[in-house]
Amino acid sequence: MTVKETIRREIHADDIQAIARTGFGSLNAARYMLLRITEADTARGWLRSVAPASMTQLPAEHGQEIRQIAFTAAGLRALGVKCDILKRFAPEFVEGMAGNENRSLRLGDTGANAPANWNWGVGDKEPHVLLMLFSDATKIEVFADWMMSDALAAGLSKIEVLSDTDMDNVEPFGFRDGISQPSFDWDRPRTPGTKADQDYTNLIALGELLLGYRNEYGLLTERPLLDASEKNAGMLPSGPRDRHDLGRNGSYLVYRQLAQDVRGFWRWVADEAARCGITKEELAQSMVGRELDGSPLADLTVGRSIPGVSARHEGSNDFLFDTDPDGLSCPLGAHIRRANPRTGDVPGGRKGPLDSLLTMLGLTARRDRDPTSSTLPWPRNTTVWPIFRSEDDSIASARFHRILRRGREYGEKLGRDAALAPAAAEEKERGIHFLCLNANIARQFEFVQGAWIAGAKFAALTGEQDPLLGNREPFPNTPIANPPQPTDGFSRPGAPPYCQHARGLPQFVRVRGGAYFFLPGLAALKWITSN
Amino acid sequence: MIPQDSFVIVAKIEPGCLNGLRSLLTTMTLTGSTGIADPANALVPFRNYEAIHFARFVVLADNTLDDLRAYPKLSRSEYQPYLCFMVDCDGDAGELLASMAQKANGLRQIFSHCEGFDDNADMLAWLKAHRVKPMASYVNWVGRSVVQVREEAHLHSLLRSALPNIGQHAPQGIFAQLKSVVKPGPLTPEPPTPLAWRIGNWFDLLLPLVLAAACLFLIPVITVALLCIGMVLFAVALRRHEQTDPFVCQPYDAEWVKLLRKGEDHDVTNQYTAMGSIKPGRFRLWTEIVILYGINWVARHICTRGAIGRIGTIHFAHWVFLDQRQRGFFCSNYDGGHEAYMDDFINKAGFGLNLSFSSFIGYPTTDWLVARGAWLEQDFKRFQRHHQIPTDVWYKAYPGLTARDLARNSRVRNGFEKMIMSDDEIRRWLAEI
Repeated sequence: MTVKETIRREIHADDIQAIARTGFGSLNAARYMLLRITEADTARGWLRSVAPASMTQLPAEHGQEIRQIAFTAAGLRALGVKCDILKRFAPEFVEGMAGNENRSLRLGDTGANAPANWNWGVGDKEPHVLLMLFSDATKIEVFADWMMSDALAAGLSKIEVLSDTDMDNVEPFGFRDGISQPSFDWDRPRTPGTKADQDYTNLIALGELLLGYRNEYGLLTERPLLDASEKNAGMLPSGPRDRHDLGRNGSYLVYRQLAQDVRGFWRWVADEAARCGITKEELAQSMVGRELDGSPLADLTVGRSIPGVSARHEGSNDFLFDTDPDGLSCPLGAHIRRANPRTGDVPGGRKGPLDSLLTMLGLTARRDRDPTSSTLPWPRNTTVWPIFRSEDDSIASARFHRILRRGREYGEKLGRDAALAPAAAEEKERGIHFLCLNANIARQFEFVQGAWIAGAKFAALTGEQDPLLGNREPFPNTPIANPPQPTDGFSRPGAPPYCQHARGLPQFVRVRGGAYFFLPGLAALKWITSN
Repeated sequence: MIPQDSFVIVAKIEPGCLNGLRSLLTTMTLTGSTGIADPANALVPFRNYEAIHFARFVVLADNTLDDLRAYPKLSRSEYQPYLCFMVDCDGDAGELLASMAQKANGLRQIFSHCEGFDDNADMLAWLKAHRVKPMASYVNWVGRSVVQVREEAHLHSLLRSALPNIGQHAPQGIFAQLKSVVKPGPLTPEPPTPLAWRIGNWFDLLLPLVLAAACLFLIPVITVALLCIGMVLFAVALRRHEQTDPFVCQPYDAEWVKLLRKGEDHDVTNQYTAMGSIKPGRFRLWTEIVILYGINWVARHICTRGAIGRIGTIHFAHWVFLDQRQRGFFCSNYDGGHEAYMDDFINKAGFGLNLSFSSFIGYPTTDWLVARGAWLEQDFKRFQRHHQIPTDVWYKAYPGLTARDLARNSRVRNGFEKMIMSDDEIRRWLAEI
């Protein structure tokens, strides 16, 4: 990766942990060490010596041993960060992922996903420190053992050490993963909110990833700033108004361990596909919204380049759903459509001044796809202007809700045909260590997870959650919603003869643990460990 | 069609009665769902009133009075908390109020915590005396009644469960079989629109247009001249205010937000109540009055079919003044989570937020009344949480249904009632079920 020469000058690459820039793809093994601090004094000393790799140490070469480090709010507290400073972090981070019932409800962490059922993340299993280790499969075991024995000796205790499996960029259900990622304006600052953003952009302001840089509103996301008089403040980069910036070059890291029931998934898919008279692959692909190899479903590619889609992903990431407002190619509720609806600031993309004005008033003209298109199951109305359909405008401005994923798979790989065979007696769990980075947990991760993935009314759908990730818990489920409203549906509009509604989807993915971490810049790490 | 109407009762709470009132209001809610009304509660059994879409009881206790210190000239008068009772309903709200006042033991018990309430007084007269008129109101779909909503939801769910069992594959066959299998019971036809309402609506629609046209035709020069001078003067005054309004820090209080969150996400729709003080001086007040007049006019005559501007998630909303127009409050019923509501608002209708709330103390600085403001994202989000107050009792007549569900159900019903549809029309119709 050629990173050094393309970074703008005000970015101090040597202060940014490398994971902000790379997923360490060249290192095929990882360990996630979840630790608690028992002796703050000795722990601080050891944490100072961890030496996480910064961006300047990229590219990571084969055989290298890389460390990255992040802290929960409880961890910062245990290290002696004062309450008054802690309060200046994002409120979601301070409360924690399992911090209150309303958050759990919004994130879909109810029923089998409820924090009470997690392996780690709450109570005395709430981690303080997340130490991420990356290396080669041959070396990682020794590396991790060595780090762990040091940690234990330094007054930390172990909650879990979670390992990954190299599945070659294919997630356990069998789909190529990690394709849709935002790009950030590392090289020269982008000006967000211009007319160009009426169209979808995959190029996002760095402030959506790192604290201390302009975000998509052109503003600096709130982060802890210290007065010069506060202890050790001088260690930190300088911030606005003579204050010192504890957040700068840091990010919030969201970690959710997601167990995937691969057998359950393919069994259900095979049964349902047989019922509908299609292959199991076809059904699974429409649930994901991509083909198994990662190519987008038919007829979505656009005749122009999308800002921020790298050449590497041309053909797999340069598509939009604009031409498919009814979900005829890619169902409205498909996983990738929920995770990133690829919408610009106005529905249907850039418009002339009169159209823009009408759009602002809610009078949206629909941009229909070429009626001769091969995948249309039926001819459409030609566009009558202006058609008003507020449904088309239910999701806008994806640029405010992007996250940078850094996850890895775990468990044993299981092919889709093997998945249909009976399971071995003692089968080990498999799934994804879902890790993502963002600067504003509420507006980015929680919004995507809550409103788009877990939301039962996404895109004016009814009774559906994400076909892969949904917890299938009825919503609403208060005594007044009689009967409770199911969320276990999945509809494929346009599937012959009109639309296929599947019902009774089982839960395929279960949350096994999770926490919000702060991934500090290296100066901030020094400050945290020097109190 | 049945037009929608609302009533808002606002009464001062007797000093010392606040806690008693709060615990009384809690008895109206479901255990485990903070603030969600039990439709069959003993005090005001909302489910007995088929005309009610939404209702709320909320103690208007201003969280932001300390902010007034930023304006030394403002006497920080000790405002007493108010009790607000707000109902959105079908048909004439006055009639509903009268019928509620007849069986008013519950209302009596509630309003006995308010100042000047006399147990022997005529309940209806008392309520009428405390009724205030919102400065602006918004209805998601003018003419859609609760009865219609329920019938259409029922039809939709019947069609949805019948559809997988239809043996036919040709559109016409499916349509015919669905029509013969699904017996939704009576679908109430649209009742005639009351003449008085129609006349009133036309009058309200035409009044500003006719006035404007008359001025332009009869005294064109004077009108244009006055308009130009007025706009220049307004622009100058506006910029002066925008640049000199004192900055008022809007703190983020984690405990407060936790309290507000308790009442959220029990249903697909959420309630929102916020209150604050209007910036001192005639300029801000009259700007606000004119803007709210405009919003009301647009909401009443243009945005009557499922969305206000680009926001299609609000069922009902009201802007109300308090205390001789020194303070005001805003109530809405919106679909989705709070964060999504605010993001939607900022990104799709930030200018509308700026117009309607920038006259309130503490609002993030605007430029030319429409720019910046809400786009100062985190400042705005702190502002609105700071001003938000918990809604004590909140009733929605159709839990589980969003505004978009309601519109979809109406389209499904229209199709169902058709005699003939083309194959394509049937496919489109089926796809919506």
